[in-house]
Amino acid sequence: MSNTATAKKKNGFLAGTANYVDERVGVAGVLKEFGRKIFPDHWSFMLGEVALYSFLVLLLSGTFLTFFFQPSMTDVIYNGVYAPLKGAHMSIAYASSLDISFEVRGGLLMRQVHHWSALLFVAAAGLHMLRVFFTGAFRKPRELNWVVGFVLFVLGMAAGFTGYSLPDDLLSGNGLRIIDGMIKGVPFIGTWISSLLFGGEFPGHSIVGRLYSLHIMLVPALILVFLAIHLVMLVLHKHTHYSAAGRKDSNIVGYPLMPVYVAKAGGFFFIVFGVIMLIASFFTINPIWNYGGYDPSPVSAGTQPDWYIGWLDGALRLAPSHLEFMAGNVTVSMNILLPLIISLVFLALVALYPFFENWVTGDKREHHVLDRPRNAPVRTAIGAAGVTFYAVLWAGASTDLIATNFKMSLNQVLLTMQVSLIILPIVAFVVTKRICLALQRKDQEIALHGRESGRIVRLPHGEYIEVHEAANEYDLFKLVDYKDYQPTLARPNAQGKITIRARMRAAASSFYFKDSVSPTTQTAIEANAHHAHEIEEQVQKAIENQK
Amino acid sequence: MSEQSKEVAKSSHTSGAEHVYDGGLNVVHQDAVKDPGIEPHRVRMTDKSKKHEKAAVRQVVLLFTLSMLGSAFALYAYFAFPLSADLITVRNNTLFLGVGITLGLLGIGIGAVHWAKTLMPDNEVAEDRHPIRSSEDKRAAAIEIINLANQESGFSRRKLIRRTLYGALALFPLPGIIIFADLGPNPGDKLRHTAWKPGTRLTQDPFGTPIKASELTEGSVFHVIPEGLNPDQEDYLEQKSKAAVLLVRVDPQILKESPEKKDWSYQGIVAYSKICTHVGCPVALYEQVTHHLLCPCHQSTFDLVDGCKVIFGPASRPLPQLPIYVDEQGYLRAQSDFLEPVGPSFWDRSVKA
Ligand code: HEM
Ligand code: FES
Repeated sequence: MSNTATAKKKNGFLAGTANYVDERVGVAGVLKEFGRKIFPDHWSFMLGEVALYSFLVLLLSGTFLTFFFQPSMTDVIYNGVYAPLKGAHMSIAYASSLDISFEVRGGLLMRQVHHWSALLFVAAAGLHMLRVFFTGAFRKPRELNWVVGFVLFVLGMAAGFTGYSLPDDLLSGNGLRIIDGMIKGVPFIGTWISSLLFGGEFPGHSIVGRLYSLHIMLVPALILVFLAIHLVMLVLHKHTHYSAAGRKDSNIVGYPLMPVYVAKAGGFFFIVFGVIMLIASFFTINPIWNYGGYDPSPVSAGTQPDWYIGWLDGALRLAPSHLEFMAGNVTVSMNILLPLIISLVFLALVALYPFFENWVTGDKREHHVLDRPRNAPVRTAIGAAGVTFYAVLWAGASTDLIATNFKMSLNQVLLTMQVSLIILPIVAFVVTKRICLALQRKDQEIALHGRESGRIVRLPHGEYIEVHEAANEYDLFKLVDYKDYQPTLARPNAQGKITIRARMRAAASSFYFKDSVSPTTQTAIEANAHHAHEIEEQVQKAIENQK
Repeated sequence: MSEQSKEVAKSSHTSGAEHVYDGGLNVVHQDAVKDPGIEPHRVRMTDKSKKHEKAAVRQVVLLFTLSMLGSAFALYAYFAFPLSADLITVRNNTLFLGVGITLGLLGIGIGAVHWAKTLMPDNEVAEDRHPIRSSEDKRAAAIEIINLANQESGFSRRKLIRRTLYGALALFPLPGIIIFADLGPNPGDKLRHTAWKPGTRLTQDPFGTPIKASELTEGSVFHVIPEGLNPDQEDYLEQKSKAAVLLVRVDPQILKESPEKKDWSYQGIVAYSKICTHVGCPVALYEQVTHHLLCPCHQSTFDLVDGCKVIFGPASRPLPQLPIYVDEQGYLRAQSDFLEPVGPSFWDRSVKA
């Protein structure tokens, strides 16, 4: 007891509270363990933080909405303040969404905060995923965390879709109609699943309530669980750092958690929240009152789903006509199945990529220093191809808008998109790989000959040269610090046989590494320095002569 | 790249049986450039000068104060901008409340980051990483525990127990799955029938006014629902989702009708299901000049004068036609229900029930 008293007197409030808490829950040990943990700093590491914070904002704003939203599809006649819909039949869900917008102070603000943060959440998670991909942060020991992150991204889309469908307005109902049509297209079980999901025929009276359970309970709970796993693994693995002098696979360089990182990250939460709030105050999103309640008959042209669903919608649009066929008396709706299969395969490839790359490199060591994208040209090119594929599907969801805005025929736009879907990723692959190799060679140039200084000097014999300034040792190290992989040959196994697996690995390794540019070595730099020294002497002479 | 290091690369990558090396295809260069170590810390203005330090302190305090003002303004705005039937009030409430909260948040956020960046130490620190893999003795101890547990329980030894346990574990989730079967009824033949019956009058969507053939001039379009379908009935939307029809009158000369559908139209008036055969959006757009029906969802386009067959887009089947006739008073009526299921395809749509 006397300890408590002296602690209070000596150091005032902060120490007093710390003492009070520690004597009851004994957290000093935790703080000792984690309080000065090192976190590397880089702008691209904030993408994941943005995703995390927008999720927190979703939890806060979503909880507010639950207090007013009524997930019921019972028909009512609207009698609220919004004049154009007075007297209209609509579901209670839609009516309560209108009431949140027009009759609860701050209600529209919270709806807009919720919707904008949903868009930001998925966007930030997606960009974060790209950062992890292009820097090779998914390599051992982080392959499983890549998969967890992937699941989070998919759950984010699921959260978004289930939420989008809740207000039961014309657009959200139409989105569900599309889902229903797709489900029905699945052979043998489609009609059953549709009936189970909608509680009978579409649209029925159950779907909003069911999506509500998913949206406010199951999906957020899953997201929380996976987030927890994601972050625990992050602490376990410690964060990666970018290649630079002093950064190794065996250490971690950055700022201590307390106070710098806590202040920056904590402050950043408020900034993300503030920016979402700012956008929500000024920009309308999903003005459901303009659309009216769901009715299967009318629909307006040019409507768009939320951005993260766009690629799936695009996949549906890009399917060529007349893909459906009969197998006996069974209708096989390939026009729906093909886009479905393509989307699922695409997702599967994303989820499994780390394991594939690891199989190719055969590298079993832990990697904590990030790659600069140029130093893994084929990986970067594969990423660019994937992004392009996704982008074409996404643009595919706007074929009608593109056609009307650019005065092209829909047919031309569609055909262009279909061709692009196959050609552009290949083009992106080739171009990106070339750019990476060119950048690597440029790095090599700089490592060997220094940077172009822009100073032109005329030598005594009339030749003009540009003076190069040698990179300082820190900059130089960044240019040469990467791992050099070389293709392998298909080698015989213990029985002296060359297996198909070995051949495939040899082919894959050649695909990845056959034109790789090895890092510049000390030997090469020294050999060059000698030559550079001679030139330098000539330059000095020339300068003296000019004086 | 120097010749010397290239040799290192070659030697580990050519002939010989596979040798195991943790780095896989990674080639280690013996003469790689040496790591000079962490770059020395750059001194900031606030580290050097008391004046800058004081200014930074003032800025942080100002930002936190701004935050307080913002939150206070948000409280004020909540009461000062109440809602009424006038929609301007909704905008003002959203805007001013939102701007106040924004200030409250950004003041804290920017203030804290500024504090960290200017006043807290910014020298980078290095710390060792430890391999994720547990140490050998920990692994040995773990294996020891597993073996002991196995011995004490007899998990490997007692085959029958183990197998029946697997069986029990495989079966126990099944009831948990089957109880979801009551989520919805057997789809039955509901997808094959709509609210159209022989003699049902065609009425306007949504008010249910019956339509006379004489009301349709050439080129006009009516959105149609079956007579008697009204919003008060329980299954209004389900029925409408199947029964919605588009009624159009064109010049009878240009209608290409197959022999068996010859008498499904009336003097150039044709009725087609409005539910897209792709995934079910309403095909609500009619282009008078080309006689095309366009689905806004994925742009499937149907040729109205040619049996509504697909001429563009992902749909595969023509829109089903509703056979119609005109009664003595001149009202349009359905001859029967649609003769095939409407809307999106499903796998057994052609299987006779
Ligand atoms: C995890 C990520 C989440 C995403 C991506 C997400 C997304 C969405 C979206 C796009 C909407 C439609 C908003 C609109 O009306 O324009 C929505 C509605 C809604 N969400 Fe979420 N949400 C998430 C989490 C939550 C959570 C955790 C809750 C509750 C605790 C919640 C409660 C609600 C409610 C009640 C609505 C309907 C309110 C209305 O439309 O007026 N959401 N959500
Ligand atoms: S629903 Fe009509 S084109 Fe897809």
